[in-house]
Amino acid sequence: MKSLADLIKLREEAQKKVDVRETNKDYRVVVGMATCGIAAGARPVLNKLVEEVSANDYSCTVTQTGCIGLCVYEPIVEVFDKDGGKTTYVHVNPEKAKEILESHIKEGKILEKYTIDAVK
Amino acid sequence: MERINVMVCAGTGCTSSNSAGLVEKFNELLPKYELEKEVKVIKTGCFGLCQKGPIVAVYPDKVFYSHVKVDDVERIISEHLYKGRVVKELEITDIDEATKEKIVDIDKIKFYAKQKRIALRNCGVINPEDIMEYIAKDGYMALGKALTEMTPQQVIDEILKSGLRGRGGAGFPTGKKWQFAADQKSDEKYVICNADEGDPGAFMDRSILEGDPHAIVEALAIAGYAIGANHGYIYIRAEYPIAVERLNIAIKQATENGLLGKNILGTGFDFELELRLGAGAFVCGEETALIQSIEGKRGMPVTKPPFPAVSGVWGKPTIINNVETLANVAQIILKGADWFSSIGTERSKGTKVFALGGKITNTGLVEIPMGTTLREIIYEIGGGCPNNKNFKAVQTGGPSGGCLTEKELDTPIDFDNLVEAGSMMGSGGMIVLDEDNCMVDVARFYMDFIVDESCGKCSPCRIGTKRMLEILTKICDGKGTMEDLDELESLAANIKSNALCGLGQTAPNPVLSTLAHFRDEYIAHIVDKKCPAHVCKNLMQYVIDKDKCFGCGMCAKGCPADAISKIVPEYIAEGKKLPAMVIDQNKCIKCGACIATCKFNAISKE
Repeated sequence: MKSLADLIKLREEAQKKVDVRETNKDYRVVVGMATCGIAAGARPVLNKLVEEVSANDYSCTVTQTGCIGLCVYEPIVEVFDKDGGKTTYVHVNPEKAKEILESHIKEGKILEKYTIDAVK
Repeated sequence: MERINVMVCAGTGCTSSNSAGLVEKFNELLPKYELEKEVKVIKTGCFGLCQKGPIVAVYPDKVFYSHVKVDDVERIISEHLYKGRVVKELEITDIDEATKEKIVDIDKIKFYAKQKRIALRNCGVINPEDIMEYIAKDGYMALGKALTEMTPQQVIDEILKSGLRGRGGAGFPTGKKWQFAADQKSDEKYVICNADEGDPGAFMDRSILEGDPHAIVEALAIAGYAIGANHGYIYIRAEYPIAVERLNIAIKQATENGLLGKNILGTGFDFELELRLGAGAFVCGEETALIQSIEGKRGMPVTKPPFPAVSGVWGKPTIINNVETLANVAQIILKGADWFSSIGTERSKGTKVFALGGKITNTGLVEIPMGTTLREIIYEIGGGCPNNKNFKAVQTGGPSGGCLTEKELDTPIDFDNLVEAGSMMGSGGMIVLDEDNCMVDVARFYMDFIVDESCGKCSPCRIGTKRMLEILTKICDGKGTMEDLDELESLAANIKSNALCGLGQTAPNPVLSTLAHFRDEYIAHIVDKKCPAHVCKNLMQYVIDKDKCFGCGMCAKGCPADAISKIVPEYIAEGKKLPAMVIDQNKCIKCGACIATCKFNAISKE
């Protein structure tokens, strides 16, 4: 490193490396990864979410949870905002997952058409 | 694609309960679940909750597991990492006393809620062996800021203004120390980090070095810039092998990245750093003895003045700062003196790390803002004395400090209040004592330590402490006289005023402080020939309560000295009630094995 500017550049790179541990984010995206979720295809959804969040620096963490209890609607993705508000997206696939991130996380707009209320 | 970080504590405490085996097991089993690309297992520094180690934290879920064994690893992977179900039995939780609700957020559980981590900020958060992780947490930004935006004098002024005082024991203002050295005209100057942590029970310096070694490297470079030194030493005891290894890695990585060495960050400032390993002599924590040791001489103190700031290592101006002191430096430069001085009390700014040990539920490392009361530390954070025993005293400042009792529990902790209460901050060891501790025995323990560690250069310390130990031993053996107490006090006064260095000058403190607070215990040993806490072997005996004893003989089986009567087989044959067991006091070695075997609580000490 030759200058402070180099250090600042290196810090940006380094921060990406430890980003998984950063828990103070705007949203928490949770994927149901119980047997029902995995059977319905939650794994590729989870992978897509992680990939997209990392590539676009979205301010959210992606974690998995156990059975949400609505097995018939799996794969389910829940989005929690900072105030604890929850949106439940159902029958998610990798393409829908990408759309959800682009709308809900990036622009703060709930993507109504994929929520549980829309399919019920 | 990485989505989960598993942080495994690799501090000395958790390492000794096989946290390294956990890392191995995780890495071995992750491929079985095809998770090796998604989960990264990282060794990190001390989380502080050593009582519950080994600790494993899972991010981004922020779930903390305690007492994790190698056999638990597969369950954590298959349940939590694979299916997203937290393994509840291992999770660290707490109960909110007001609402009776379960607390799962680690920052809100009682052990952490009142803590404020500045010196320990990266411990348990980053991988100490990876400079990139330190840089991600604004590492070396303070050095960059000092070198490019501040003059050396501005750096010193900022430290002065922050009110930072030395965390090694005496509490000398750090900025002042730096100013003295900066004012000296010399072709060469030195900065030294004193990592010769020796107080029995204190391990905060070790944990900082193990968990965040770069913070010390960075702070030393800043100190070097401030006083005009291009060379630094870290004096660390060889018995801290993990800390030594991580420091070596840190120095190597910093040098490779141009953060140590020539022309740092293109500013023309040169700074290099060397480790010096000590053999673990307590006196080498004393700054003049430490300098002697670095120079390759026998570690013995020399008279002051001249102070090291004028003539230190190799006769050049030198500053010596403790590890925890240095751990605050980079944060003060980055966040400003006003931020730091807004924390703490009028004359003691910032936080202090304490190593909680002894009779306390949550043994471990805690960092609290100055001004927190002893009661908050011991009862809220520490969880009080285990097994429903009564709190008796807390020993602070190690062999140089004293004990504080129930009366002082509500004293806000800072440098001056502790001295006023008859103890001292010291390096931050905090040993909690309960009703089962004998205060004469405690005083004798510390004196025994001092006699071992006295370098022998000056007679008040070499001979005086030995005489004090002999008197204390005599009292513990039940052979003391009331004149011995006067003798102890007179010796103490002499040693305090005549010893050459801090070790001797403070050595009588534990005796004086226990004499002041627990004189009645001394008198009980001397006059009544009783040890009220039943610790001193010559003054206590084990007895069996005839009414509670069923004569089962378990105690006799467990007695290594054959001191307990045997069951008479005829009684069993004739179906008679077995007589109570009897201990032959002449044979008894007072090991206490019988108490542990008795199922009817029939054996007690008196």
